[in-house]
Amino acid sequence: MASILRFRKLCYVEPVKFQFFQPQNFDKKEETVATKAKTSLENNEKRNKRQPKERSCVNSCCCVIGYMCTTWWLLLVLYHCLPAAFPGFQVPESPGTRLKREGLRALHPVVLVPGIVTGGLELWEGKPCAEGLFRKRLWGGSFTEVLKRPLCLLEHLALHNETGLDPPGIRLRAVSGLVAADYFAPGYFVWAVLIENLAKIGYEGKNMHMAAYDWRLSFQNTEIRDQTLSRLKSQIELMYVTNGYKKVVVVPHSMGVIYFLHFLKWVETPPPMGGGGGPGWCAKHIKSIMNIGPVFLGVPKAVSNLFSAEAKDMASIRAMDPGVLDSEILRLQALEHVMRVTRTWDSIASLLPKGGETVWGNLDWSPEEGYACDLSKKRYLQASAGDKDTNGSDVKMDFHVKESNKYGRIISFGKETLQLPSSQLPSVDTKEFLGTRTNRNTNSSCGGEVWTEYDEMCRETIRKIAENKPYTARTALDLLRFVAPKMMQRVDSHLSYGIADNLDDPKYTRYKHWSNPLETKLPDAPDIEIYCSYGVGIPTERSYVYKLSPNDRCKSIPFRIDSSVDGDEDSCLSGGVHLTDGDETVPVISAGFMCAKGWRGRTRFNPSGIATFIREYRHKPPASLLEGRGLESGAHVDIMGNFALIEDVLRVAAGATGAEIGGDRVHSDIFRMSDRINLRL
Amino acid sequence: MASIRRRKPVEPSNTSVQKEEEEDEEEEDHSKNEHRRKSDKKSKPKWSCVDNCCWMVGYICVTWWTLLFLYNVMPASLPLYVTEVITGPLPDSPGVKLRKEGLKAKHPVVFVPGIVTAGLELWEGHQCADGLFRKRLWGGTFGEVYKRPLCWVEHMSLDNETGLDPPGIRVRPVCGLVAADYFAPGYFVWAVLIANLARIGYEEKTMYMASYDWRLSFQNTEVRDQTLSRIKSNIELMVEANGGNKAVIIPHSMGVLYFLHFMKWVEAPAPMGAGGGPDWCAKHIKAVVNIGGPFLGVPKAVAGLFSAEARDIAVARAIAPGVLNNGFQTLQHMMRMSRTWDSTMSMIPKGGDTIWGDLDWSPEEGYSPMKRKQRNTDTQKASQDDPETEISQTKRANYGRIISFGRDVAEALSSDIERIDFRDAVKGQSVANTSCRDVWTEYHDMGYGGIKAVAEYKVYTAESMIDLLRFVAPKMMERGSAHFSYGIADYLDDPKYQHYKYWSNPLETKLPNAPEMEIFSLYGVGVPTERAYVYKLSPSAECTIPFQIDTSADEHDEDSCLKGGVYSVDGDETVPVLSSGFMCAKGWRGKTRFNPSGSRTYIREYAHSPPANFLEGRGTQSGAHVDIMGNFALIEDVMRVAAGATGEELGGEIKFIQIYLSGLRRSTYNCDCKW
Repeated sequence: MASILRFRKLCYVEPVKFQFFQPQNFDKKEETVATKAKTSLENNEKRNKRQPKERSCVNSCCCVIGYMCTTWWLLLVLYHCLPAAFPGFQVPESPGTRLKREGLRALHPVVLVPGIVTGGLELWEGKPCAEGLFRKRLWGGSFTEVLKRPLCLLEHLALHNETGLDPPGIRLRAVSGLVAADYFAPGYFVWAVLIENLAKIGYEGKNMHMAAYDWRLSFQNTEIRDQTLSRLKSQIELMYVTNGYKKVVVVPHSMGVIYFLHFLKWVETPPPMGGGGGPGWCAKHIKSIMNIGPVFLGVPKAVSNLFSAEAKDMASIRAMDPGVLDSEILRLQALEHVMRVTRTWDSIASLLPKGGETVWGNLDWSPEEGYACDLSKKRYLQASAGDKDTNGSDVKMDFHVKESNKYGRIISFGKETLQLPSSQLPSVDTKEFLGTRTNRNTNSSCGGEVWTEYDEMCRETIRKIAENKPYTARTALDLLRFVAPKMMQRVDSHLSYGIADNLDDPKYTRYKHWSNPLETKLPDAPDIEIYCSYGVGIPTERSYVYKLSPNDRCKSIPFRIDSSVDGDEDSCLSGGVHLTDGDETVPVISAGFMCAKGWRGRTRFNPSGIATFIREYRHKPPASLLEGRGLESGAHVDIMGNFALIEDVLRVAAGATGAEIGGDRVHSDIFRMSDRINLRL
Repeated sequence: MASIRRRKPVEPSNTSVQKEEEEDEEEEDHSKNEHRRKSDKKSKPKWSCVDNCCWMVGYICVTWWTLLFLYNVMPASLPLYVTEVITGPLPDSPGVKLRKEGLKAKHPVVFVPGIVTAGLELWEGHQCADGLFRKRLWGGTFGEVYKRPLCWVEHMSLDNETGLDPPGIRVRPVCGLVAADYFAPGYFVWAVLIANLARIGYEEKTMYMASYDWRLSFQNTEVRDQTLSRIKSNIELMVEANGGNKAVIIPHSMGVLYFLHFMKWVEAPAPMGAGGGPDWCAKHIKAVVNIGGPFLGVPKAVAGLFSAEARDIAVARAIAPGVLNNGFQTLQHMMRMSRTWDSTMSMIPKGGDTIWGDLDWSPEEGYSPMKRKQRNTDTQKASQDDPETEISQTKRANYGRIISFGRDVAEALSSDIERIDFRDAVKGQSVANTSCRDVWTEYHDMGYGGIKAVAEYKVYTAESMIDLLRFVAPKMMERGSAHFSYGIADYLDDPKYQHYKYWSNPLETKLPNAPEMEIFSLYGVGVPTERAYVYKLSPSAECTIPFQIDTSADEHDEDSCLKGGVYSVDGDETVPVLSSGFMCAKGWRGKTRFNPSGSRTYIREYAHSPPANFLEGRGTQSGAHVDIMGNFALIEDVMRVAAGATGEELGGEIKFIQIYLSGLRRSTYNCDCKW
């Protein structure tokens, strides 16, 4: 307040001063020449103005800055003097405090497995351009270096294009310890809230472990390069012993979920390929796995990201430097750079949709069929957020509003393709692509190094891709294999996206199948509990409408999402993206299917009958600005601050079983969707 | 011009306005100017002060930002360039140099930080520490020390009886390399070594910082945090993951004792130890590279415990220098806090009079005072006969008398000192308890009689000093004696030596049965190091600590070892050579009873040479206790060992003060212990 007054004073004073000058000047000049009074006045005014201007320019600038600084400092002092709890805003009691009062105490050691992107990476060895950044975070933290030397950063973040490991002369390693992923950037928490609440009931460094890993690598490569899996195994064993032989509660998030799935198989596999823990290792050491926002069956976002580097969330680099994106004047070609870098990361490929058309739907059919559109849903949420009773019925009401979305067509070119019934579409023959690929585009104008593999394709092929038909989950993979053969070749040796017919087939002992829940069996550990906890109620990308990029420039990405395509108001189609229910990143089907059906009861994927629980958290945006990212958020990362989720985690960590925390808790129609998926169990 | 005009209005307005009016009448020519000034004055007298201030602030801010901007824009190599211009080309850092030689990371490396240098963070606290969750209380910027000192002291203290957490407070060590790479921003501890190791290919999977809560006694770190188990498991993992290459352990300062404790613990059978079996160390450890190890304790610890006055242990004093002794009773708070830390007791001199000397004799006898000494090393290292001749000239300093009351006592012949035994003295009841705020030290329980009795005993040697500490701080020493022992074992196979309290005392344990393991002792020399103190009774009465170092006790002779009440010897500023070198020079040399398997020992001394100019920072040839971690020669040695070299390949031993060391040898030869 004081500062405003002072500012006003400053503003007022100046005019007063001028008023003073003018009459006096008048007097003096009137004596000499009366007729020139007007002009002289003007002159004088000019002179007078010029002189104050000399100082007003620099001085008043400094003055204003001074005022601002002083005000800022004053406010800062005030802020620091204020008691931590602001009287006006009542912070709801954190679950940790409440449960502590209830008498919950740390019991089982907790392992946190961070997901993709959220873990920090620091530099251990770099090129000259990264001088002085030794052991500084290149990823995560304040990202100041991104702004200072973006190209240098990209160069260091990229992996080797063929091996998927470090490029020569560069070593970028995962930050270890809880700091690895507690905050992604200053003020943007990931695990910090959960950690704090766990600490309230007695957790600390010795019984809480952050299994940080280099999220750019394929899972097996983290073991080959950094021995991360061995490390995790040794840590779990250590915590198990030092905490009085209490089994471990594992809390993976996002991609950490399939990383840990990989670990479960790895640890029981004999040494050359695995950890050699023996068949009883998981049963002995693990109490429960609380998957948060799991991406068991992949996310459609990964497809668009690899195809054209355009998914919203995955390429958070784009969000980091929004200004330079696509600016043709600067010729920075940020998207292309991003694409070049992300395509060297094997891990993104691990998020490609798994299970093919059986799970993700084909040209005509998809499990989400009849999903009520989120626009109307949103309206509903805003109208009556409170009553849960009408919840289910309302969803049903919306069923027949519109014809079903063709979610199965993950990528389609043009809106028309989307509408056509499958009979009118040309049949997809990907083999044909692979044949045509041989004629290289020796476009001399583009010269120089090849950035993305698109540069090696000729225009005609690209057009052919676009002229063709929509792509389903299965054919999208073929498409990627076609447009990015090197990447997919690398990836195919580490990952697999199918559904196993016969799980006992010896080929499924290879590590490339370990992170695919549809190609592995869960370990023989009937006492483990598996939770699928995820947010619902946020529109989530599910399939895309593409167009050819109008830009014929060199080194550009020839495809982009056709953001002009919009459905009618009730449609789930907006900005070229079909949306479905989910947590903004992961559609419900990917997050919930395994727990709802794939592993429910004794199935062939779950031979020992591990109990599964679905815990859904309905998204509720923060009520006010003061709440920050919300205490009831369901968004992919913000859910880590969801009090209900935190309470569940705390209760399980303190020894509760799934039945004790209330069994399944379902808001979406995950069970109905799962029923539609015709998978032999 | 602008500034002049602005400043004018600040003048007191009453007089100046009058003057101005007079001038107005007289001088017509300048009337316009004056008018304006007057008008300025009339319109602005109220805001000129605030305005000027802000204007100044603005200027400063703008300049600051400009400089900041320039600094950021400036290429990172500029300061280096400037330095090179001034001092000539810098030597390659050892990492770069050895990389060129083709050295590669081989053995996994474990760092064991010392006391004080590792960070501690808050996991659970009282109300006053709100918002500090997982923030560093120790290490880092120490911002909280200034903001809420009492709260800070409360959280840093341990329980006075158990030596563990007080109820409701959990302060835990930071883990990972960040725990001790920098102690405070810009003050490196391990960072330089880490950076150099990284050059030859080390990274987190091959480097491990064995951070522990340095306030606790060693065994309690296992009881509370399972730190020892953690270190064991990590070493095993690293050895396995690195293809069976054994680990190289690099403890620093108190970490040396901690690791000594670890080596016994890991092989001891299960309830008290880890049950790793008798060959665990032989299987997993290639070399132990002790840096500045206080094997036999440091005299500083005594002064620290006795009157909270040693320079280095009470680093916190240096951190809050302003508030010292000005009614806040900082020293008492400090003392109360540090007395709850068991670890300080691990550094009390061990070995008693046999090692540290008695009333008349000390192993450092004939050590030439440091001034001359330094001059020697500075000018010509070769003139090694000098000190020998000097012995006769200088007055003998009785280093054996670790604490003496009054300078005359310190110098008197032993037969002349009248001593009254203090041990049975009656402790009077103190009246001060009520008036002394809430500050508690055990001195309040002693009363006047006890204090007087202490002073009348006059002289304390290493052995009687332990009795003294038991007398003045019975609770602390009771706690401490359960965890530490300070004697010399007569018969090492005595079953009592299986208790963990002996494990950190090299004179009461055997080294593990690992003949291939090498033990290095790396330390700086050439810095005057505290060795014995002259005390006096504190003049002020009740509420303060009753004893003080008598800083007036000064030898005016330039050659003297006595300065400000402190007798100094050679060492690295904290640890005297005797403590850091003796075990490797003699105690473990060859097959002795302390080293039954005959592990090889090597001594590497680094002569201190202060940084040549300001730009060098803390110097690349420093020998000081912590700064030695940036000593290029030391780093190179460590890296060669890590890359697979043996002690022989390093070149055996370097000794810069051979005369003195031989003196040490001679004197230790005189020690009447059975080797």
